Amino acid sequence: MKKIVFSLLLLALLLATILSFSSCGETREKIVLNVYNWGEYISDGSEGSLDVNRAFEKYYLDTYGVEMTVNYTTYASNEDLYAKLKSGATGYDIIIPSDYMIQRMIEDEDGNMLEELDFDNIPNYKYIAEHCKGLGYDPEEKYTVPYTYGMVGVIYNKKVVDEEDVGTWALLYNEKYKGQILQFNNSRDAFGTAMYMLGIDVNTTDMTKWNAALDKLVEQKPLVQSYVMDEIYNKMEGEEASISAYYAGDYLSMAENNENLAFFYPTDENGEYVTNIFVDAMCIPKGCGNKLAAERYINFMLSKEAAIANAEYIYYASPNSLVYDDPEYQEYMGEEGMALLYPDDLDFAKVYDQYAYENLDTEMLQEVNNLWEQLKVESASLGNGVYIACGVLVAALIAFFIVSYVKKLRRRRYYW
Amino acid sequence: MKKRSLLGKAPAAPYLVWSVLFIIAPLIFVAYYAFTDKNGNFTTANFGSLATAEYAEIFLRSACFAFLATIICLVIAYPVAYYISKTKPKTQKILMVLVMLPMWMNFLIRTYSWMAILEDTGLLNTALGYIGLGPYHMINTSGAVILGMVYNFLPYMILPIYTSLSKLDPRLVEASADLGCNATRTLFHVILPLSRSGIISGITMVFVPSISTFYISQKLGGGKFDLIGDTIERQFQTAYNYNLGSAISFVLMILIILSMTVMNRFGEEEGGMVA
Repeated sequence: MKKIVFSLLLLALLLATILSFSSCGETREKIVLNVYNWGEYISDGSEGSLDVNRAFEKYYLDTYGVEMTVNYTTYASNEDLYAKLKSGATGYDIIIPSDYMIQRMIEDEDGNMLEELDFDNIPNYKYIAEHCKGLGYDPEEKYTVPYTYGMVGVIYNKKVVDEEDVGTWALLYNEKYKGQILQFNNSRDAFGTAMYMLGIDVNTTDMTKWNAALDKLVEQKPLVQSYVMDEIYNKMEGEEASISAYYAGDYLSMAENNENLAFFYPTDENGEYVTNIFVDAMCIPKGCGNKLAAERYINFMLSKEAAIANAEYIYYASPNSLVYDDPEYQEYMGEEGMALLYPDDLDFAKVYDQYAYENLDTEMLQEVNNLWEQLKVESASLGNGVYIACGVLVAALIAFFIVSYVKKLRRRRYYW
Repeated sequence: MKKRSLLGKAPAAPYLVWSVLFIIAPLIFVAYYAFTDKNGNFTTANFGSLATAEYAEIFLRSACFAFLATIICLVIAYPVAYYISKTKPKTQKILMVLVMLPMWMNFLIRTYSWMAILEDTGLLNTALGYIGLGPYHMINTSGAVILGMVYNFLPYMILPIYTSLSKLDPRLVEASADLGCNATRTLFHVILPLSRSGIISGITMVFVPSISTFYISQKLGGGKFDLIGDTIERQFQTAYNYNLGSAISFVLMILIILSMTVMNRFGEEEGGMVA
């Protein structure tokens, strides 16, 4: 009897699961918008900030009379996002990749992965700064609406680092700070730090130059404490490490927690910026369920209240003139923050053209990845302790089994 | 034995469907990707590119780390499991819950916390600093990675050993003592052989996740050296080379199957002697 009840229950469970899956297909009055964004990359209502997604839901209901649910999920890197979309995941309505990844998606070998936007539905696009429009990844302004931009700089701890060593990429390769340096745990950014220092074009297809960069990274490896991404926050704030390249906006949030931290944009001998600029932009991937609603979402993100809330939450530079011209926002960021995020002497177009990452084709990516693999496999820093311990243990085990086997044989002889 | 009715088999159906969909099918995919190139043509080049000193070193390194972690787990777990199995039933329950307790927390969080503990400015070194010791450099070393493995997988060693020890008939131990064995002889000639099945499943359950782990080495090893799991993860997540990733997974699977077969051989042969 118990068994029957149990199997019936299981069956019911199975049916329920199947039913709950299928009910998604039914058309309802409710719209669900699936937004896929970087982690910590939207004002989410914490610490009294505006919850932008909830605000959009309310706005949508008030304006269009349709119930809207924003289903918000996050990824950790451009590559994660790409891998997810390529693995056949559909149903995302909004994604916010970086420039070079947008280019890769548009030029993808299996066909363009992005939808063309209908800018009639995004009137707020007019507030986007001119210098952020029509950049290399989307020259005809068809697919993207910039969300944030920023530059990579070097964060350092004033207690440990001498002022005279500061100013160029060489700080990341300075023997003096062995074991205090953090390096990016992703190939493009890590190679970037070496290539900027060596004066190599980060988009070169010349493998000898990439190899030169690899040599530099191998040389740096003994100095590096660890290869990390988001752990940089903890390690820099906790003073576990003292030097690390990262994004200017993130430095601002770290500096709030540790006043010993300082920051600079690496320059060349003429004082010109030599560093990466990136733009993250909102796009609609193919397979989007409701393009109109997605475009309205993009438009909403450009509206004053939402854009300022996001900019104040993320701490990255905003391409939106409603934001950077707003006195309250400027006051919130403070003079230092504004100077850092929107440097007066920055020739955006020039630095972008020269130093921004462009998409590398599949073969180049493969090559770069192989180089990265070489760096990671190389293990001069790892001593032999593990191998020795292993060898000793294996030897001991073998000896033990031989001894017990011999004993067993002897015992047998005794019995017979 | 009575033939099982259809209804009797029905409860197994969901699992059958599950395993075909989510275990067998993915394995076929892995094999498919491993033997094809980007365009889906048959090739063995993926395996060819693995035949380098670098990959050999990664495999060897992973095996060594996993082996050490397994041995350490065994050495720690056996006395613990033995002790637990000797306590009163009520205490046993409480102790088992304590063993499982860390597993209620997410694996990633546990590993991440170790980072905060082991850092040069971390909890442990701060505490040691108060009593005038250290700081000792612990994070980003191979020792930290092995510690992470031991910590995370220890319960999987304790559980099966405890199970086999608690099933052990105490009369056998008494008989051994009656026949003149001292405690050491009893342990090595009666208790250990009888708990062999537990030890072997414990070893399997620790060795397999250890050799294929990827998160622990990145966080506690500082990302400076790769274990095989890291390499595989990168192929899928960032390099987007499913074919190479599958080939590595394929080789890893074969290595695991081989070592498990050897392991089980041991169990059977020696177990035969005991019976």
